[in-house]
Amino acid sequence: MAHFEKAKNLNEWLDQRLAVNTLKRVLNTEYWIPKDINFLWAMGMVLAATFGMLVLSGIFLLMYYKPDTNLAFDSVNYTIMSEVGYGWLWRHIHGVGASIVFLIIYIHMFTGIYYGSYKRGRELIWLSGMALFVAFSAEAFSGYMLPWGQMSYWAGMVITNLFSGGSLEAYGLVEWIRGDYVPGDAFLTRFFMLHVLLIPLVIIGLIVLHFGTLRIPHVNNQEGAEIDFEEAADLYKAGKKKESKVIPFSPVFLSKDVFVMGVYFILFFYLVFYNFNFAMDPVNFDPADGLKTPAHIYPEWYFLWSYEILRPFGKDAGLIAFGIAQLALFFLPFIDRSPNVAPAHKRGLFQVWFWVLLVDMIVLTAMGKLPPTDPTFAMLGKISAWTFLALGPILFIITMFEKKIEKGA
Amino acid sequence: MRELKILAVVVFFSLLTYYLVEPYAHHEMHKKVDAQGNEIKTESQGFKYNGTADIAEAERAGDAARVAAKKAFWADVAEVAKLEGNAAAGEAGFGLCLGCHNGANMNMGGVIPPNLDHAGTIYDKNYLIALIKDPAMASNVDHKYADTMMHPMGSIKSMMSDNQQIADVVAYILENKSGEITPKEAYMEACMRCHAVRYGKLTQLGETPVFKHEKDALAHKIKVIDEQDTVKAYMGKLPPDLSMIIRARSEHFMETFIENPQSQLAGTSMPRVGLNHEGYEKVKAYLTEVGDPSKAKREALGPIVIGFFTLFSILAFLWKKSQWRDLH
Amino acid sequence: MKEKEKGRRDFMGMALGACAAVGGVGALYAAKRTWDPLPSVKAAGFTTIDLSGAQENVLVVEKWRGKPIFVLKKSADMKADERDVVIGSDRFHVSIGLCTHLGCIPAYAGEEKKFKCACHGGEFDASGHQVFGPPPSPLEIPPFKIDGTKLVLGETGPEYQKMLDAGLTV
Repeated sequence: MAHFEKAKNLNEWLDQRLAVNTLKRVLNTEYWIPKDINFLWAMGMVLAATFGMLVLSGIFLLMYYKPDTNLAFDSVNYTIMSEVGYGWLWRHIHGVGASIVFLIIYIHMFTGIYYGSYKRGRELIWLSGMALFVAFSAEAFSGYMLPWGQMSYWAGMVITNLFSGGSLEAYGLVEWIRGDYVPGDAFLTRFFMLHVLLIPLVIIGLIVLHFGTLRIPHVNNQEGAEIDFEEAADLYKAGKKKESKVIPFSPVFLSKDVFVMGVYFILFFYLVFYNFNFAMDPVNFDPADGLKTPAHIYPEWYFLWSYEILRPFGKDAGLIAFGIAQLALFFLPFIDRSPNVAPAHKRGLFQVWFWVLLVDMIVLTAMGKLPPTDPTFAMLGKISAWTFLALGPILFIITMFEKKIEKGA
Repeated sequence: MRELKILAVVVFFSLLTYYLVEPYAHHEMHKKVDAQGNEIKTESQGFKYNGTADIAEAERAGDAARVAAKKAFWADVAEVAKLEGNAAAGEAGFGLCLGCHNGANMNMGGVIPPNLDHAGTIYDKNYLIALIKDPAMASNVDHKYADTMMHPMGSIKSMMSDNQQIADVVAYILENKSGEITPKEAYMEACMRCHAVRYGKLTQLGETPVFKHEKDALAHKIKVIDEQDTVKAYMGKLPPDLSMIIRARSEHFMETFIENPQSQLAGTSMPRVGLNHEGYEKVKAYLTEVGDPSKAKREALGPIVIGFFTLFSILAFLWKKSQWRDLH
Repeated sequence: MKEKEKGRRDFMGMALGACAAVGGVGALYAAKRTWDPLPSVKAAGFTTIDLSGAQENVLVVEKWRGKPIFVLKKSADMKADERDVVIGSDRFHVSIGLCTHLGCIPAYAGEEKKFKCACHGGEFDASGHQVFGPPPSPLEIPPFKIDGTKLVLGETGPEYQKMLDAGLTV
């Protein structure tokens, strides 16, 4: 047993046992963030706050939701929406939050791509972030099943059908995933388990990992400049705040985060109260009917670009293209061969590549929703899908020949 | 300054994506086109019934015989509408209606004839005339009755064919079968015979009572199922429960669909029910009561929460400014 | 200058913290309301019992708010009690059928005219008073309202109010 002196106050008592003061320094007051940043750097905290809102509202929904195909729809749309005190509020927060979180995820991702925050030293930040994207996608998909509306059922039907693997015809696998010939009770309850327990645990673990991967390389800055954090920290601590290139996470960086979050919540709650049909699609207010497919089924907006890469090609080609598209983003740090850690506007052709990628994903998203029966939309969809697949090899070539930026230039 | 530019870029691309994925895509999905590929705009007629939409549909289908029949029919209706109806004289005629519309909750020919207690309040005058003249034509479901079935109310055509008689009965209804009606009553009179609302404890047989013993509850359930089977056989499929319809369809859809079901679901067996503007508003109010009861609460709490975060953001901005003051 | 700076920083921080706290209280209120019994549960909290067909010394057990309710029409040889529900010339014993010791449901022994609880041997007489064993108090009288020959449990009528004021219900 280590030696313990009598503590003078509560803070000292906790510090002796839990090293709270060390934790405070390492995670807050002496966790150094570059000063040269903009509001996009707050997206991480905005994501954490949104995830918190989803967990909180989810906890209240969980108290009244019934995971049974006969009871699910009414437990949500009758009990929670009209009987439970503020049940409608939790439901709206949860539905809107689940959709808006992906807007912030995409902004966060594109910020990372633009500023080269995935390059040498930060590969794991990128990879853990992509893993989080996959985890959030799985969480969103499993959650969408739960209200058991028409869209829940038919999305479940279509997406599980994907696992038949085209020409592989793995129908046995599809049945095993469903636990039944069609999406039914077993399907609903297993996705309930995934949504409420397993995937949230995975997400929390990945968030911890994501924060961990940030610690040593430190957060990037608007110029991609390398900073001697020891030197800058010493400057700051000596009181030379203007000269120092860094700020402490708490309270300085946090104060900007909190402001951005405040503005974000204005938008968030505007959507929760007044404009939520994009997140709570009317089609899902029809109870699930296995004998009637709605005239139009489509995934939630954040899956549309992936959906559209699947659609234009034949069954097998589509699956392969879909798989390549998902993996391509993962391998971004390794496809990009340039040593430059710099914002896109300093990297010549990379800047063009960036905007092409952004616009292409928006076109893919739009085409994924528009009826493919229209020949113009079908053509646009095919072009943008091929473009996306080409962007990987094109990036490889561009960055091989990218001029090295002289540090200090 | 630069941050504002960055914000503008982010906002632009977000709004662009939203526009393409929501308003634009939904417009494209629900667009109706005719044989030439021209867009058919479905607009509400303001709950007035004069056959314009019906005739236009028949013209688009290229069915000359139907066009002629519909034109003649609605012209006839217009003739009756011009007549001065005598409510006192109409009472005797209304006695004929009571034969079926008697509140006994008995299924006749496929549905339970609706209660007419407030028919004068919620239905349109022109429609009432048209309904008595020829129920199938008035409701725009004549395609269902072409050669085989007869409309359950079809016998009225022979019982009451005199134009003045029809005008009198309609005048009677407008004068005596009107008065204040609650949203729930309006729904029960206009829609309940086909469409249940489980969230409002309404079935095709009426309000579901509270039973003490399970056996009685089950016996009632069986009666409801029997009635639903009869309606299903008559309509082709069971008309859907409307508990959540107010959130499952847009405002525009509800208006145009109720006014003329054929405009949104061509070939459907749902009849036009002839609601006037007040009738529609009352039915819509009931559907909102059961399907979106938190609407008022949302609209009350919204400004408070948004106001709170506005204040929060202002204070946060001031705090941020004070934290960053000596850093630049 | 530094002190003023720090002071202003702290003030803004505290103002923001106070604003956040108000929001937090609001959120906690909404959370509290989520746990409130649902309207359908509260509406089901009223049970009507028709006493007209009751037989003397035959225990009828009804349900009210999930609990068993004893309704016993008193025979002539049963003592009148201030806790009786009186309808015309009939006297009824109406109580929540849960032993006041630890909540088991006592059985009614018709010949002895006593409620006997199997869990720990407690006994109540035909008026619900504890006469033997561990029960510390008589069987509880639920709120009731007399409506002709019907009894509405869950509503407070004048007769119940009188019993409540006299401390006779527990």
